[in-house]
Amino acid sequence: MITLLQIHEPGETPAPHEEERGIAIGIDLGTTNSVAAIAEQGKPEILRDEHGDGLLPSIVAYTGAEPIVGRAAAEELTRHPELVVSSIKRLMGRGAADIKSLSGTLPYEIHGDQQVGMVRLKVGNRVLSPVQVSADILRAIKTRAEAALGQPVERAVVTVPAYFDDAARAATKDAAKLAGLEVLRLVNEPTAAALAYGLDHGAEGLYAVYDLGGGTFDISLLRLQQGVFQVLSTGGDAALGGDDFDHAIAEYVLREAGVQSPSLTDAKTLLVASRRSKEALTSAPTVELTFHINGRDLRQSIDLAKFESLIEAMVARTLRACRQVLEDAEVTAAEVKGVVLVGGSTRVPLVRRMVAKFFGREPLSDINPDEVVAAGAALQAEALTRGGDTLLLDVIPLSLGIETVGGIVEKVIDRNTAIPVAKAQEFTTYQDGQTGMQIHIVQGERETVDACRSLGRFELTGIPPMAAGAARIRITFAVDADGLLTVSAQEKTTGVRAEIAVKPSYGLDEDEMADMLRDSLTHARADMEKRLLIEARVEAERMLLALDAALKSDGDLIAPSERAGIDAASGKVRAAMAGEDRDRIGAAVETLEKASHPFAQARMDRAMESALKGHSLDEVEASMATDRAE
Amino acid sequence: MSQSEHERFNQSPEAGAVAPCWSCKQPVAARALFCHACGAVQPPGQLDHFARLGVAPGFDLDLGRLEKQYLGFQRAMHPDRFVIKTAKERAIAESQAVSMNEAYETLKDPLRRAAYLLERAGKTAAVDKDQTVHDPELLMEAMEAREKLSEVASIDELEKLQIEAGAKAIDLLSQLSKAFAADDLETANRVATRMKYWRKFLEESRARRITLEDADMEGGA
Repeated sequence: MITLLQIHEPGETPAPHEEERGIAIGIDLGTTNSVAAIAEQGKPEILRDEHGDGLLPSIVAYTGAEPIVGRAAAEELTRHPELVVSSIKRLMGRGAADIKSLSGTLPYEIHGDQQVGMVRLKVGNRVLSPVQVSADILRAIKTRAEAALGQPVERAVVTVPAYFDDAARAATKDAAKLAGLEVLRLVNEPTAAALAYGLDHGAEGLYAVYDLGGGTFDISLLRLQQGVFQVLSTGGDAALGGDDFDHAIAEYVLREAGVQSPSLTDAKTLLVASRRSKEALTSAPTVELTFHINGRDLRQSIDLAKFESLIEAMVARTLRACRQVLEDAEVTAAEVKGVVLVGGSTRVPLVRRMVAKFFGREPLSDINPDEVVAAGAALQAEALTRGGDTLLLDVIPLSLGIETVGGIVEKVIDRNTAIPVAKAQEFTTYQDGQTGMQIHIVQGERETVDACRSLGRFELTGIPPMAAGAARIRITFAVDADGLLTVSAQEKTTGVRAEIAVKPSYGLDEDEMADMLRDSLTHARADMEKRLLIEARVEAERMLLALDAALKSDGDLIAPSERAGIDAASGKVRAAMAGEDRDRIGAAVETLEKASHPFAQARMDRAMESALKGHSLDEVEASMATDRAE
Repeated sequence: MSQSEHERFNQSPEAGAVAPCWSCKQPVAARALFCHACGAVQPPGQLDHFARLGVAPGFDLDLGRLEKQYLGFQRAMHPDRFVIKTAKERAIAESQAVSMNEAYETLKDPLRRAAYLLERAGKTAAVDKDQTVHDPELLMEAMEAREKLSEVASIDELEKLQIEAGAKAIDLLSQLSKAFAADDLETANRVATRMKYWRKFLEESRARRITLEDADMEGGA
């Protein structure tokens, strides 16, 4: 270990001018609330406003010339609901096409009818992108931090959900830039939470971070040793959270009251009442809801046992995701040394009980679950600028790949791979004389493109015409320590290049992300079948194309009877390709191969002959390829 | 580690190579992480994965030591250590971290380690490619196991199957270790292919478990 200590030093020594560059803070940019913190000598502290409030509601009101952020904006909600934006985090990195599926549930007006690019909101007479709205929140956080610290703040570590895809991460970074903050590092929220606990407790071992928010559930498994936080696996269920508990109570109350379909306003107030009773039930054994439906004032009492029976199945679902990340990391629940709770919904006693039972130990919860992420971000900001002793090693949450022929995804980087990472894979052309190639980058676990998320497309042009399969196109995926992807492509025989930094033209919906992960496991088999079928079709198509080209240039080599045999066999291949039976396609291809064998032999002889006339075989092949490309 | 692997390691051409430092132009060993003259971080050279992480090559690795080495190197080379350095140094550190991640991910997994060792010895590792398997015994076993998997009706039955498959995987691991120890690369290649199959089977059994649980939940609701 001595050599390691020696090499340790140069990278850690802060530059001499470091002090002048000012301090760096940690920011938890949340869906509901945002929090800022600063760490000094390993001690994080939440930055509060003049009322001692650490939480800044992530709500922006565009009522005047300057945006209003936080509690004051929330108050405008009742007066000017059309000028107030909340939950903007859900739209980060999303394209216009993504929003269609959400438009019914979103309280915003979408601007224009964009088909491409990032979504824009129409708020009063302004047109705003999610990046701009997030920037306004970050600016307010920055102002609060500067007021609390009495000095300018220009650098920050900003947290993102582990599930955030490339587009959403890039959008978050852009928002910070817009707010005048340099992002030192994007850190995953569960990692930040573990950091806050890990340093406090100073214990080495395996930790699980269980993060149950209002609408999403995240679970990550980390190993802490030698001061390194290593994320082993991450997963979750982004369509599950505390809001679902509220819904369960509301539905129960409606059932008991015998109300079929309440008005939208009534339903909203009932949900608010349900949320309050959920919160009250963390300390009281029974609560009474009062609510207003169809002009009647109603009361309904609910006790803890009833509430727990309503939500038990949902909590069980989170534990299933826990088991999956344990399996992904190839560890058992008993090996987990500590369970960190993050998110307001972890205050529900049943959640704590079931989590404790699953992991066989009481979860850690002595840090406020609403502030723990910002505290961890602050620690990381200090480590990055002042040279701390801890290090975070993170992974990518979802596999990255490209589309190949037939809409199949070829994975280039698997999920849970440690970052930074760079991986290259070679692909080839599909048709003779092909000079360009569309490169379509996707993220997700499924085998087919339509079931994954599209991140971007670019084109590699200028490939010199060659026979199908002769070009060697090397595609490199590089993911940096922030989890941001750059893709480059190069044709190896000629050196033609293309590169793309994947920008947030699209984005992956968090819900979709969790769904995709879940689906990938259940659909693995069906996908494989589908893939094999598509591959069989592609193989057959390739064979037909090659044969057509050969017949065009050397058709004179075979007798009409042989030609008829080949044509008949080709017809059978085409018919088989139209069906769903891959064995039939394989058999037809084999028959065609047999039927065309004498022809192939004759072509080979001709090629040899011309080679003997003083030409190299390569020249003959090349000239044949050019013929075919016509 | 076998004798022959020792030799291969020591003969690796890059072991003693020297190149000028990009920053101060002083000579630096190709495998050095930092220039001993000016302290500048050095780009990752063409190093063997074992050499990169400073462990002796071979199939039987001390995984604890491998991890310690990896974490130690990452502590020094991770881009987070270079946030306040120049863009050039940050880029070099990142490529170092990338190389270390690649080396670690390859070596920590027995199957990928086996494939790497075979490839290093000039063998095309069948495990690396999705080739058709020509091992009739394996094909038979595979078919039977798949059939059993599709027939399981309860989680208990499934768990029994998973335990059996797990035991097989462990047995194959020790066979693999013996084959490499005896420098019998043919056998190593064959065993690795089998291991790959059983791993796939375990993955499929996990998917099957989710289907079973979904059915249970719907039945219960």
